[in-house]
Amino acid sequence: MTIGGWIIMIVSVGFVTGFLGWCIYRVVREPEAPKKLHVQGEIDTHDQD
Amino acid sequence: MNQGKETWGTRVGVILAVTGSAVGLGNFLRFPGKAAQYEGGAFMIPYFVALFLLGLPIAWAEWATGRYGGARGYNSLPGIFRVMWRNKLSPYLGALGVLVPVAIYMYYVYIEGWCLGYAWKFATGEMALGPEQSAYARFFSEFVGLNNHGAAYDFTTIHFAGSALFFLGVCFVINFVLIYRGLSKGIEWFCKWAMPALVLCALIVLVRVLTLGTPDPAKPDQNVLNGLGFMWNLGWGDKTIWQQLSDAQMWLEAAGQIFFSLSVGFGIICCYASYLKPNDDIALSSVTAVAGNEFCEVALGGLITVPAAFVFLGTVGVMAATKSTFNLGFITLPMVFNTMPLGQFAGAVFFFLLFLAALTSSVSMLQPAIALLEEGLGLGRRASVSLLGFITAAGSAFVVYFSKDVIALDTMDFWVGSVCIYILATIEVLLFGWVLGIEKGYQELERGAEIRIPRFVMYVIKYVAPVYLFTVFAVWLHQMAGAYVQKIGHDPVVAMTVGFIGLVFALAILLTAQSVRRWNRIDPLEKETDT
Repeated sequence: MTIGGWIIMIVSVGFVTGFLGWCIYRVVREPEAPKKLHVQGEIDTHDQD
Repeated sequence: MNQGKETWGTRVGVILAVTGSAVGLGNFLRFPGKAAQYEGGAFMIPYFVALFLLGLPIAWAEWATGRYGGARGYNSLPGIFRVMWRNKLSPYLGALGVLVPVAIYMYYVYIEGWCLGYAWKFATGEMALGPEQSAYARFFSEFVGLNNHGAAYDFTTIHFAGSALFFLGVCFVINFVLIYRGLSKGIEWFCKWAMPALVLCALIVLVRVLTLGTPDPAKPDQNVLNGLGFMWNLGWGDKTIWQQLSDAQMWLEAAGQIFFSLSVGFGIICCYASYLKPNDDIALSSVTAVAGNEFCEVALGGLITVPAAFVFLGTVGVMAATKSTFNLGFITLPMVFNTMPLGQFAGAVFFFLLFLAALTSSVSMLQPAIALLEEGLGLGRRASVSLLGFITAAGSAFVVYFSKDVIALDTMDFWVGSVCIYILATIEVLLFGWVLGIEKGYQELERGAEIRIPRFVMYVIKYVAPVYLFTVFAVWLHQMAGAYVQKIGHDPVVAMTVGFIGLVFALAILLTAQSVRRWNRIDPLEKETDT
């Protein structure tokens, strides 16, 4: 494992972890988030026979 | 007080649902296979470039495109493209958004079956194969039928109830019951809690992988540190980083991996977004899903499978196992579990949760085609699902039969899971950036947004992403297209698989043509107001 490898690994893993942390912070902070956020699979397609 | 608790409960539920929604086979199985194939570190450069310049901007563009089309009464990609670009050609470009998820479903559900099968075999102790590495490769080879075409249908060496075909059948039935009865929302609710469990399980596996040390003292080079080096070092063996980065195929596949794992370029996001209300958030929802996906893919998938594969298999073994993208996890991870305390139990839980993650993705894959059959041909949901059941069962049977070196699966994954996704993403970005335009596109993105999207994202979508996509594709055509065309000419199974994909595409085009005739009759575009 070279120094470059260590740097790439720490930056990559640190970035994706920080990115997820920032998103969670925004969801927690925005008052309307629970009502307005959507997950693909939970969206009602209104097409039941 | 109670209200406060409820709000927190709702928020935690939303966070778990949104971050877990994008987790799937792409994170733990496909990504490590691709990273290992291109020797790790070098692959991460085009991977992250593709995430920033393509994945996230196109995910936003897809959500906005879908909601734009839905507000005008269309849910299928041909219909959405028709109202977006009033040109006779546009619905036919959208037909690609029917082909891609349907064709991917045909092999994705098979791999889902492998996960369920491995979970079952761990639970029943069949995966306790000891320390010999070749036992795991042999087990996988017999389970999938890697040695001969048709081996997966031969039940003389493996009992039907334990075969890959049996588990495919179980997955097929579960998927179709959920889709037919419209219960996919129920499975999403279940997965809201199952996905954090998968992440927890992956974290435990990660700790085990990082503490593997040097399992075989006779092979001191095969240690964890070198495994991490294989994944993250820039430049490997006799190749310099610049030689590695000049490989256009790697750039194409890195973009393809971003699209595959984020479900961008499938047409699925557009379809689901079309059912949203005008003021629902799409900005924070999509970025949170992307973040959850990237965490699982890079921080968990990247740190677990490739270093573990290196420790057990060495460079040569890893390269051999990555002849097929999805193989690596099925050969390597069971070996890791067998070195852990309670490894059989952990393996069963991990592969079952992976099966659930795959299930949430597969149940959504047929919705774009269902939407086209409903609004284009006027079929009901159940009739549409039944029709798609026959088509996808035929496709899956084809993939299962041509199992030697999983050639049909790999050919489909490359031509649909990388190339067609790439082409569809290019079409989407061009329509959003150039036809809808920066102003209207930005308005659509901003409406109801819980975060402010920087305006430069629109310029990335309009200028940077198309140039990037065209350049990589042109260089790939120049470097590799000849070899792929030759492969089609030389290998009859590859030729048949490409022909099969063409057949499904022809069907999507025919359905689109029929739908366009219907739409022209009941909803001529001239009468629409362009808002």
